[in-house]
Amino acid sequence: MAIVKALRGIGSRVINAVWRIGYAARFFFKVLFYSGMSFRRFRLTVREIFFSGVMSLIIILVAGTFVGMVLGLQGFETLKRYGSESALGSLVALSLVRELGPVLTAILFASRAGSAMTAEIGLMKTTEQLSAMEMMAVNPVARVVAPRFWAGVVSMPLLAALFSALGVFGGYVVGVIMIGVDSGQFWSQMQSAVDFKGDILNGVLKSFVFGVAVTVVALFEGFDAPPTAEGVSGATTRTVVESSLLILMLDFILTAFMFRGD
Amino acid sequence: MSAQALVEIHDVNFAYGRRQILKGINMTFPKGKLVAIMGLSGCGKTTILRHIGGVLKPSQGFVKVDGQVVHELDQDTLYRLRRKMGMLFQFGALFTDMTVFDNVAFQMREHTDLPEEIIRDLVMMKLHAVGLYGTQDLTPAELSGGMARRVALARAVALDPMLIMYDEPFAGLDPISLTVVGELIRRLNDALGATSVVVTHDIQESLKIVDYVYFIANGMVVAEGTAEEVRASGDAFVRQFVYGEMDGPIPFHYPGADFNKDLGVRV
Repeated sequence: MAIVKALRGIGSRVINAVWRIGYAARFFFKVLFYSGMSFRRFRLTVREIFFSGVMSLIIILVAGTFVGMVLGLQGFETLKRYGSESALGSLVALSLVRELGPVLTAILFASRAGSAMTAEIGLMKTTEQLSAMEMMAVNPVARVVAPRFWAGVVSMPLLAALFSALGVFGGYVVGVIMIGVDSGQFWSQMQSAVDFKGDILNGVLKSFVFGVAVTVVALFEGFDAPPTAEGVSGATTRTVVESSLLILMLDFILTAFMFRGD
Repeated sequence: MSAQALVEIHDVNFAYGRRQILKGINMTFPKGKLVAIMGLSGCGKTTILRHIGGVLKPSQGFVKVDGQVVHELDQDTLYRLRRKMGMLFQFGALFTDMTVFDNVAFQMREHTDLPEEIIRDLVMMKLHAVGLYGTQDLTPAELSGGMARRVALARAVALDPMLIMYDEPFAGLDPISLTVVGELIRRLNDALGATSVVVTHDIQESLKIVDYVYFIANGMVVAEGTAEEVRASGDAFVRQFVYGEMDGPIPFHYPGADFNKDLGVRV
């Protein structure tokens, strides 16, 4: 009987997980369907861009600078073995623009802004603010959720671009100013190695996809959170864990399509 | 209860999963009257309000508001109907990311094209009506429980609704706030010519202000009457409720197995 019970437990978990994915997908389409207000009353979206994008600037800029500095150090150490220190600029820029920029920004964005979105919406639900809105004939998905979704989607590529820019600056500080790589070589190698369409646009596309993924997970978890203290705290944790895993998984899929080595 | 009814609840049944909450509820809320729905916590009072607001659908029966069967309306028509309703939630449910002013102005901005100067004047009038003119720049976190309830009241009546619903408006208030909120509910109802439904278990406070009372227990209407009839009632449930007696039709003990048997005591 214990085996039957265990199997039943596993089965019900799997079914629940599939249900939740279904709910999340339906929620995503609902957000898209009710997005009209986010554009008609654009200041609602601008306000959310401020909270999720502008307020994340510090963490993104500081993290970007340090990641670039570490890349400068590690890249120089490795390239020196092959006598190609001059390629440091292209190594730093390509690593940032193709991978580290979009991925790390998305993970930081999930922890900083995603968790805040989940907690805010979860608490609005717990304190009946969403029900109150519904009773006032205002659709909470259109008024509360959709502006936050579009704010995340707009903010993510911009934050990733700033992350990469500051990363390049960090790499320059360590590689050129501190270690002494030739400045002209650093910049000219970077310029010739980085392709606008192949590298930069693909990086922007990645960060756009991550932006959609992180905000949908964060908003869904908040909207679906059980209206209790534990419910909201659990949902906030799930947002960070699920969106981080989702980012890394999507990154592999996107990379496989974008940079197949040909 | 002969006046024309604004809300009619007819044989409404409702269950959450297998748990039956409402069992054949019938109620009438005449225009201009203030009617209370009373009962113990968790007996389905709030569920009735949710049916009137169209948030829940009955498994049997119907709720009619202003001549329309609520659960048959599509979303647009339901939203149009809700614009004529105001609701005060248990703890106010004020939007915590907005000031008092923005909370009261919320529906005006969402549903009307009124210029900002007129909205300002209207908000000030609503705040003055609940005695809180001067608090417009505060945030909900800076208000006491009673003040938050009054701001929520101002927000609920922002668009002069025909129906105002109150979900436990007296819960957790000090005696002064209790009287103030009770008085405001009565005054606003009469001033706006609205109809009010008050869900509460605060019998003493509500008997002072209501026109009619329905008592709910186990998902059914067990007694009803005017405030005087309730006070004079000989019904065992009503008496237990009105006088707060520990034992009666609502037993003190949770229905469980035989306690003496459990302890091995022979009686």
